[in-house]
Amino acid sequence: MKDELEMRKVFNDTLIELSKTNDKIVVIESDLQSCHLTNKFFGKEYPDRVVNVGIAEANMIGVAAGMSTMGKIPFALSFGPFATRRCFDQIFISVAYAKQNVKIVGSDPGVTAEANGGTHMPFEDMAIMRSIPTMICFEPTDAAQFKAALPQIVDHYGPVYIRMFRKQAEQVFCDECMKDFKLGKASKVKDGKDVTIFASGIMVSRAVEAAELLKAEGIDAAVSNMHTWKPIDEEAIEEAAKKTGAIVTAENHNVIGGLYSAVAEVVAKKCLVPVEAVGVNDEFGQVGKNAYLSEVYHLTTADIVAAAKKAVARK
Amino acid sequence: MEKEKLVFLQEKAKKLRYDVIEMIGRFGVGHIGGCMSVMDALTAIYYDKGNMDAKDPKKQDRDRVVMSKGHAGPAMYAVLRDKGYFPEDWIGTLNKNGTNLPSHCDMNKTPGIDMTAGSLGQGISCAVGMAIAAKMDKNPATIYCFIGDGESDEGQVWEASMYAGSHKLDNLILLLDYNKMQLDGPVSVINELAPVADKWEAFNFYVQTVNGHDIEAICKAIDNAKANKGKPSMIVLDTIKGYGASFTEGVANCHSMAITEEMWTKETGRNA
Repeated sequence: MKDELEMRKVFNDTLIELSKTNDKIVVIESDLQSCHLTNKFFGKEYPDRVVNVGIAEANMIGVAAGMSTMGKIPFALSFGPFATRRCFDQIFISVAYAKQNVKIVGSDPGVTAEANGGTHMPFEDMAIMRSIPTMICFEPTDAAQFKAALPQIVDHYGPVYIRMFRKQAEQVFCDECMKDFKLGKASKVKDGKDVTIFASGIMVSRAVEAAELLKAEGIDAAVSNMHTWKPIDEEAIEEAAKKTGAIVTAENHNVIGGLYSAVAEVVAKKCLVPVEAVGVNDEFGQVGKNAYLSEVYHLTTADIVAAAKKAVARK
Repeated sequence: MEKEKLVFLQEKAKKLRYDVIEMIGRFGVGHIGGCMSVMDALTAIYYDKGNMDAKDPKKQDRDRVVMSKGHAGPAMYAVLRDKGYFPEDWIGTLNKNGTNLPSHCDMNKTPGIDMTAGSLGQGISCAVGMAIAAKMDKNPATIYCFIGDGESDEGQVWEASMYAGSHKLDNLILLLDYNKMQLDGPVSVINELAPVADKWEAFNFYVQTVNGHDIEAICKAIDNAKANKGKPSMIVLDTIKGYGASFTEGVANCHSMAITEEMWTKETGRNA
């Protein structure tokens, strides 16, 4: 079932709510306000707290960093590739190295860029951002989780990258069950004893479906939502490795430098078990619908089922 | 300007240049050329026109100085040390292991540095962000930002300038260190910047060109810039790279050069 609200609406609504008691929050855009609806909602409520620098992402990040030095909490938005790849050095130096409190939002993760195709389809944004010291890398799963996460992102002093799906997400969580949500702590979705699937973003609901299918085949799979790729929840990975003895990662992203890398780094260090990856295998994006692209890049529920079986067989 | 004051400022700039020579000399190598060329403008800001206080270095309404050409860090350090932002004996620590005075400006290491810079083209965007935030908060701060002529090869300089002009950020004063030399040679050969004033005028700046080694003229240009509302300002500092030292002034390869103990002690008359 899809969420009632689009993720971009949740972003706007939550920032508006937080801004009632926090006048430091500002939104910086590079000519994509209409795509993030910050003209329609946040900008309507707080027109003096929005800066649109035009199509100039490098300048956007520098402006955000400069505003941060003056005490602001800037949220700088663009499509994923332009919010990260295009202005990597600006984020690295003017934001992170300079210890500025800038939140970067990259929209349309992976295959959800759909008809915008290869130029706009970030399979590498989290890998890029993960390589920056102090950067928190977060991909919200659904509306309830995004709503729970934003106040923590505002309260945390330091750079955060938010990988934001813009439209209605598949609902996984509810407001009540997100009461104990913590950035950096995996959100358990389902217990299981044979294999743990660590999934992120649009892959979480597919992992839930996969667990149902696996059950029919006698495999009891746990599902955990690894929404924060950095700092990664090492405890949850170690616990899963020890308890289930096999791990699958599921990401709408290149497996190189992505969630598979992040999880495997911990497994290698803490507790060696088989880790199978569902994700993009070092390829470029292309135009197409989500469902089609998910087949092309092997991101489907069936791919997760196959990976889980393989992981269990390798035990 | 009163003669006494002018003499004070000129003597101050000379002393600060010697500090830079000593600082870089004690390390052995550094970006001497671009430090020497901005020193008169820095002196004008820190000793006459600017509103900043070493005793309260973080005060919210202070003027900001962004050294976007971040390799002029030693020029900033000479000023900040003289002003008392940090202990005098830090002068011998430039670029040494564990120092608070790195080649390029670092706001988290050096008291008084308002923005980290060094990857060229970035500081100017940060200065634009500061100017926007100051206007949002009705903060009276003036944002000074030094950029290099070589640095102006970077596209980000023009992204930032276009936005500043477009949005009439009249609390922003850009100062271009127009010394006409970049690392690999003359700006005119590598990537011609002229006509400089025309470029920033076309970007909707209030542009003034002054002799960058005439402190009185720089002070006057800053007064004009502040009085001119509705546009950001560009003060083109017509400078000589390496100005004020016999072994650097007008020397082609003075962007970064080795300075021996003999060179710096002879030039400054100071002891090693």
